[in-house]
Amino acid sequence: MDFSWLADPFYQEYLLEGFVNTLWLVAVSAVGGLILAVAVAMARLKGPRPLAWFVHGFTTVMRGTPLLVQLFFFYYGVGRLLEGIPGIQDSLIWPILRDPFFYGALTFILSVGAYSGEVLRGALLSVPPGEREAGRAFGMSPFQVFIRLWLPRAVQLCLPTLTGEMILLLKSVPLVSTIALMDLLQAANIIRDETFLVYEPLMLIAGIYLAMTMVLTLVLRQVERHFPGMQPTRHRWLPLRGKERIPCKS
Amino acid sequence: MNTVSQEGLLDWAGPILQGALTTLEIAVLAYAIGLVLGLIGASARLSPWAPLRGLATAYSTAVRAVPELLLIILLYYAGSQALTALIHAMGLPGQVAINGFVTAVGVLAFVQGAYMTEVLRGAILAIPKGQLEAADAFGFSTWSRFHRIVIPAMLPNALPGMSNLWLILIKDTALISVIGFSELFFTIQQAAASTRAHFLFYAAAGAIYLLMTLTSTALFARLERYVRRGQPAQEEA
Repeated sequence: MDFSWLADPFYQEYLLEGFVNTLWLVAVSAVGGLILAVAVAMARLKGPRPLAWFVHGFTTVMRGTPLLVQLFFFYYGVGRLLEGIPGIQDSLIWPILRDPFFYGALTFILSVGAYSGEVLRGALLSVPPGEREAGRAFGMSPFQVFIRLWLPRAVQLCLPTLTGEMILLLKSVPLVSTIALMDLLQAANIIRDETFLVYEPLMLIAGIYLAMTMVLTLVLRQVERHFPGMQPTRHRWLPLRGKERIPCKS
Repeated sequence: MNTVSQEGLLDWAGPILQGALTTLEIAVLAYAIGLVLGLIGASARLSPWAPLRGLATAYSTAVRAVPELLLIILLYYAGSQALTALIHAMGLPGQVAINGFVTAVGVLAFVQGAYMTEVLRGAILAIPKGQLEAADAFGFSTWSRFHRIVIPAMLPNALPGMSNLWLILIKDTALISVIGFSELFFTIQQAAASTRAHFLFYAAAGAIYLLMTLTSTALFARLERYVRRGQPAQEEA
């Protein structure tokens, strides 16, 4: 085992850049993906029929094909098509459309939106209709009922699944090294090519991912514990801190 | 432009179908081995002997916490170097280049085994205790209790998880293309690069994978109906 390359400032810079890019990509995709998920779930439930069908097709395709294929499709397929549009290379958005980060984030947002959207749809369906009717009876507008009652109750029901999706998202980030985006794996690949060390960079990255997954798991568990009225789930038997839990049926 | 890409797709249809077959072979073999690993892992995690339990927990936790792509690359290099070292230790010269197919199956099965361990463990734990006690009371040996009671009673609980893992496995086979083994997606990449019709070929790749996953979903739904025969009808979870 030879870790002397860790002292090299160039390699440190690669690794730092890879680490920062990884975090950025996870943050952007998580926020964008969850917003898309709400839209997907609502379109599936309440959208006009053609829209609901279209969104159903979208989630089926995104969930039925490998993420790597999607990444290549958007980066090489769609990216090359965009390149051919006359005048686009002089336009203001071209620097964004040329950036692999854009395609990585786009693919991940669509993917998270599809997977979490289906989860959320199921959860929205299992909120007892009486609760929504109660909101209407109190004079809330349908939008208020959605924002204050329906969505929070649904999130409560599927929170462990959603946090699981976030961990899956973190673990799919190394895929972007295939579209030449500098993530941790790409940094390890560069170090491997220059130092001819195969194991050490990869093992370092594996260790970093192990740590990141654990930290994310702990953070998300805290989020779950502090979510108002979070009901106990079967595999998380640890008691909540502080207040008594309000039991609610699922 | 359009006609050129149409020709390209037809020219590549043969290799792509070949690649799809290879992908299916890899997936089926890796699934079978992963199932065995998962059964061993689940038994170990439920074993009364603490070191065995610890080992199985370490295996399933570590593998599930590290990205699949990273594991595939790491195990690919580690596998060939370990074999080379072994050959050298036996006093034979030379380098071992492992067969890509064997590596692909081995790596995916190793990852699959970790996830399967958790699925099967949960399913075994969900078996009502009385059924196992009844088997003991009838004087079943450990082995016959395992294959006559535990397996059939566990299958209805395990099948949704197992079908998910199969779908994930089909999608994970695309990662094998990163280590340069010519399965479906690697062939597609070559086709796209040589015809320059990236959009067309990656869309075709998506369609083929979608066909595989949709067919699998339908088959698993039938299988689930079969293993649930004789059980009261269940609501959609």
